Amino acid sequence: MISFQNVSKNYYNASNHAALVDVNFKIIPREFISIVGRSGAGKSTLIKLLIGEEQPSKGRVIFGHYDVGNLKPKQLPELRRHVGVVFQDFKLLSTKTAYENVAFALEVAGKPQREIEDLVEETLDLVDLADKAENFVHELSGGEKQRVAIARAMVNRPDVIVADEPTGNLDPFNSLGIINLLQQINQMGTTVLLATHNKEIVNQLGRRVILLENGRVMRDVEKGKYSLA
Amino acid sequence: MLTTLSRLIKYGTQIFWRQRLLSIATMVVILLALLVFQGLIISGVIANTAINSIQDKIDISIYFKSNASEDEMLRVKSNLEQMVEVSAVEYVSRDKALEAFRQRHKSDETISRAVEALKDNPLSASLNIKAKDPSKYSVIANYLNNNVSGELVENITYNQNQVVIDRLASIIQVSRQVGLLAALFLTIVAILVAFNTILLGIYSNRDEISIMRLVGASNIYVRGPFVVMGIIYGVITAIISIALAAPVIWFASPYVKLFIPAMDLREYFTSHFFLLFSYQLLFGVGIGIISSFIAIRRYLKI
Repeated sequence: MISFQNVSKNYYNASNHAALVDVNFKIIPREFISIVGRSGAGKSTLIKLLIGEEQPSKGRVIFGHYDVGNLKPKQLPELRRHVGVVFQDFKLLSTKTAYENVAFALEVAGKPQREIEDLVEETLDLVDLADKAENFVHELSGGEKQRVAIARAMVNRPDVIVADEPTGNLDPFNSLGIINLLQQINQMGTTVLLATHNKEIVNQLGRRVILLENGRVMRDVEKGKYSLA
Repeated sequence: MLTTLSRLIKYGTQIFWRQRLLSIATMVVILLALLVFQGLIISGVIANTAINSIQDKIDISIYFKSNASEDEMLRVKSNLEQMVEVSAVEYVSRDKALEAFRQRHKSDETISRAVEALKDNPLSASLNIKAKDPSKYSVIANYLNNNVSGELVENITYNQNQVVIDRLASIIQVSRQVGLLAALFLTIVAILVAFNTILLGIYSNRDEISIMRLVGASNIYVRGPFVVMGIIYGVITAIISIALAAPVIWFASPYVKLFIPAMDLREYFTSHFFLLFSYQLLFGVGIGIISSFIAIRRYLKI
């Protein structure tokens, strides 16, 4: 279970910009939740707080039994093995092949070799990339890269998959493929948190939607549609 | 633990190989630094031998009058041997001096015949004194002037050669100091340059490092591969460096010997091969590891 309790985040730079203001919500296991809003509404900040890349200025971010904002740097790797993150710019390791990128997430978690081989092959199969396993990242298309990223995010069976604008760099066809994949993962029992500003995708999903605007939660609706208040 | 280690080695060699161009560029710079380092060690040895052989040529002698008894001369000898400044004293009796003189001039018939013609041995007995440090000859000469009765002494060579000996002593001292300073300076330059190059190489991997962190890699998994890479750099460059040095030393050795007869470079190189190699290994691997540690510290905070 994930909960944001009165979370605010200020960036202390020239503009002293408040990225999130008093954000409150809970996500229960197996939910598929979309965070929508314009660019700069605070979606990415929300995700960075969830994976401990940033600390909240006020309030608490709870993930399972972790108080994310107060984790020691040494505990972060452990938290991140429970969350699979998919980024708009893929963030794949360029010196590794598709297979090695996916395997890396398991290797750093200390899984035995045999288990890694089975899991990686199975997961690459699931994202339909078994035939590109030995390709390096620069040899893959945008859609393929994002599917490798999803495979990496889900390969160690995390409790939650967080996708930050996963379709932002993709054409509509590939976007659809990615969203279908996320739905499939959700049906297998993983909580999915999707940050997007793609209206069609959100409307098509028909699942819970949280609307962020200027860092505040403006609406939180079950089976919501994408509409800016 | 073993799995982790083998994975770190795998990652390290992977990055090393897949970023070959960067690896080669980095290693070239480390290699240059190592060659400088190695050159410093070897030229230090050469300079030291040269200075020592010059130092060895300096000595002072005290010549005794012919009425001095052997007992008295040996007493002076044992007194001298007790001085901390003195490294060796050699007693040359009149007979030995004559024998040496004959040997030296045996090819010159005029002199040989002249010596034969003499009834008496015209040479004096002497003590040949070497100091531990060439700047200490004045102390020894002073002692001789003050403590050995003038009735026994024919001549003390320091009194004639004082200026030359003192000047040579100060030249030796200054050249040792300058050599040490230059070596220190060049070593620091070599370390900094190699250091900087590795830092830049890791800087170009900063995105990868942050991705590793985001995927849940702990510090050891982020740092490890780069440390492994640093070790590979060190080992390869040390091998190349010593392999480059070997033929150069082989060919240069006879020429060095012309100038400094006491210096046998080939012999030095073969007998100190493993020491030289391990110095460089230590230097290269040390720089590789330390700079990877420092560079990655900056990116571990994500």
